Amino acid sequence: MPELAGLDEGTPLFTQVAERLAAEIADGGLAEGARVPSTNELAAFYRINPATAAKGINLLADDGLLEKRRGIGMFVAAGARQRLLGQRRDDFVARYLRPMLTEAGRLGLGAEELITLIRDHDQQASDSAAGVAV
Amino acid sequence: MTAAISVAGLTRRYRDQVALDDVSVELEAGSITGLLGRNGAGKTTLLRILAGQEFPSAGSVRVLGQPPAENEPVLRRMVFVREDQAYPDIKVGHALRAASWFHPNWDAGLAGQLIADFGLGPKKSIKRLSRGMRSALGITIGLAARAEVTLFDEPYAGLDAVARQIFYDRLLAEYAERPRTILLSTHLIDEAAALFERVVVIDQGRVVLEAAADGLRGVATTVSGPVLAVQDFTAGRPIWNQRRLGSQASVVTVGQLDEASRARARSLGLDLVPLTLQQLVVHAAGWPAAPEADSEGVSA
Repeated sequence: MPELAGLDEGTPLFTQVAERLAAEIADGGLAEGARVPSTNELAAFYRINPATAAKGINLLADDGLLEKRRGIGMFVAAGARQRLLGQRRDDFVARYLRPMLTEAGRLGLGAEELITLIRDHDQQASDSAAGVAV
Repeated sequence: MTAAISVAGLTRRYRDQVALDDVSVELEAGSITGLLGRNGAGKTTLLRILAGQEFPSAGSVRVLGQPPAENEPVLRRMVFVREDQAYPDIKVGHALRAASWFHPNWDAGLAGQLIADFGLGPKKSIKRLSRGMRSALGITIGLAARAEVTLFDEPYAGLDAVARQIFYDRLLAEYAERPRTILLSTHLIDEAAALFERVVVIDQGRVVLEAAADGLRGVATTVSGPVLAVQDFTAGRPIWNQRRLGSQASVVTVGQLDEASRARARSLGLDLVPLTLQQLVVHAAGWPAAPEADSEGVSA
């Protein structure tokens, strides 16, 4: 297998390129107003067909997360980070919170008990983090 | 779309065998296409006909809008790099110079850089080169020609993995700088898969699959685990292949799996492994009527 700079089999490459860029924007690595790597830069980096890379960029542009400045390239749109973080929160609820609540219901844990558990766990986590730091 | 290569109803018969059987393919100008299939499937015959080195028995062939056979103006806009290309008994530098006379867009700087990348000295005699170094010379000519239509037929016999990666990287860089129509036949499918915009799979002289390469990723998945769980999960889904060993089963299902299906598979304790393009081609070639993949631009 060739090195594809960490891209996985099984999902189309253009969606993976879009997800990587979106993650960089959400993490602040690509600031709003910053220039996004060009199609050819992405193609060379991921070792993929430039048309595939272009499709990934266009996915974000169609979504309004990137904007084209004619003759210069693609840039991160204003408000893109907030929108992505909002999407991530929604994803978090769907992927983790709802299944957790369902499982908690099966175990007979109410919301209050769950909140206590989360607080305790959070406390333990920060204690052990502090322990490591010392 | 502007077709750089357009083939319709192409058939090539030899005395007692049919090498190409009613092949119709259109390749868009400025795209990289993978020509895939087993040895003897008809890939080389198709490329030779496109390069004007062989005549069709029936059907029409257009390259850059014209029939290529004995058509000097069109042939000068093309380059064809064959597997195990034969050269006269000359030096590497002379072969490059000869290529520069034939190809109007020849880039001598690029040729010099490529032979340096491959560690190929211009003063070396071609006769003394290893098989891999002869392949490197062919690749150098194919890229430095900067021809509008670039045909590569399994161009890397004897090249090691590092040299092949140089080829792939240079191919992408060249294509980015000077877009052109590239048709590359290969059996190292997984290695080259990400380079392609489209793939054409031929088997026994017929086109069995023509599709957008990226759309084929995840189009089929191997589902494995306990027999009952596998049966439960794959019920109602199109299936290509199934194997069973004791209480374990392994089934190839066709169609993209959405997040809900994946979550369900996980909860059933099933393993999901997407088929690579190579495995997909094996299946496509095994099933003459390849199942329709449910992604855009796929026609079987």
